[in-house]
Amino acid sequence: MILTDIIERMDLKIFTGRTELERPVRGGYASDLLSDVIANGQKDQLWVTLQVHPNIVAVAALKELSAIILVNGREPAADTTARADKERIPILGTSLSAFEFAGRAYALGIQER
Amino acid sequence: MELRHFRADLHIHSCLSPCGELSNYPRKIVERALAAGLRIIAICDHNSAENARAVVRAARGTGLAVFPGMELTSEEEVHTLGLFPTMNHLLPLQERVFRGLPKLPARKRLTQDQVIVNENDEVLGFSPHSLFAATRLSVHEIVTGIHQCGGLAVASHIDRGAFSIFSQLGFIPDDLDFDALEVSPLMTIAEARAAFKPPAHFPLVRFSDAHQPAEIGQAATDLILAGPAFAEVRMAFDGRNGRRICEP
Repeated sequence: MILTDIIERMDLKIFTGRTELERPVRGGYASDLLSDVIANGQKDQLWVTLQVHPNIVAVAALKELSAIILVNGREPAADTTARADKERIPILGTSLSAFEFAGRAYALGIQER
Repeated sequence: MELRHFRADLHIHSCLSPCGELSNYPRKIVERALAAGLRIIAICDHNSAENARAVVRAARGTGLAVFPGMELTSEEEVHTLGLFPTMNHLLPLQERVFRGLPKLPARKRLTQDQVIVNENDEVLGFSPHSLFAATRLSVHEIVTGIHQCGGLAVASHIDRGAFSIFSQLGFIPDDLDFDALEVSPLMTIAEARAAFKPPAHFPLVRFSDAHQPAEIGQAATDLILAGPAFAEVRMAFDGRNGRRICEP
């Protein structure tokens, strides 16, 4: 599956990274502790979080994550958007909670291979 | 001017903190601090300085210097110590913090009582704010806000797995201007330097984060100062005019 499939099927808002939406997605990771994501995130995962601080962009770039999903209708801070544009990191948004989003995405087949 | 050692523990909670022991009232804090050989302390309850004035007053005439402070919770749930010369300095920031905290639900006790006391340890009331909640301020807004009020901003317990700058944000953003980083009693400063490799320009200090009287002074930092004044502590954090932090 690629990002555009998920954006369409989960009705996600696109905040940044419009040129990067053909990226593959292999599984996901949900955590609001960036130290935990640095330790346990894997390449090409969707990262589900409510953190909007600019450091999320650096972590996503470091771990080569596919995209950041902001839950609960949260929006990236202004400097987060600026940094994500520069680093070409897709930040997507949903009004769902982390639990709801992860459950539905998993049901769509976004699972570890 | 003669410079001397002053032992400082600048992270002490009182009975106001929802996780603090009721027995941590002003005269007890002062008594324990003096017994532990401390010359300078700071009262840093979660998101509130409502008890700091009482401890400042309780210490008058004892030779113990007390700075008012707060341990502020950012929206990312990063804890930061704000240390201030006087209560008047911190009040504008306190106002902003209270505006962003949820009110404590009536009749619901999720935590211990948040007891406000006077310098004679008499109960004046209970804080109506959810002090353990996160403020609506980002960690950047908190550090800037502390500086605008003339305070010092210290990243709390950087070695802890929760509520620290490293646990919440993974690393210290380049533009975040902490005056020092605090290591908890669980680690030595050398261990924390090795484990977290913080940028070298940040001084490291070690304080107790005491929530009960017996913990006061369990970790402390020696400062080389001309006297126990706030301006002296600032110079020590900056390493100016011979003032400095003693890193063991």
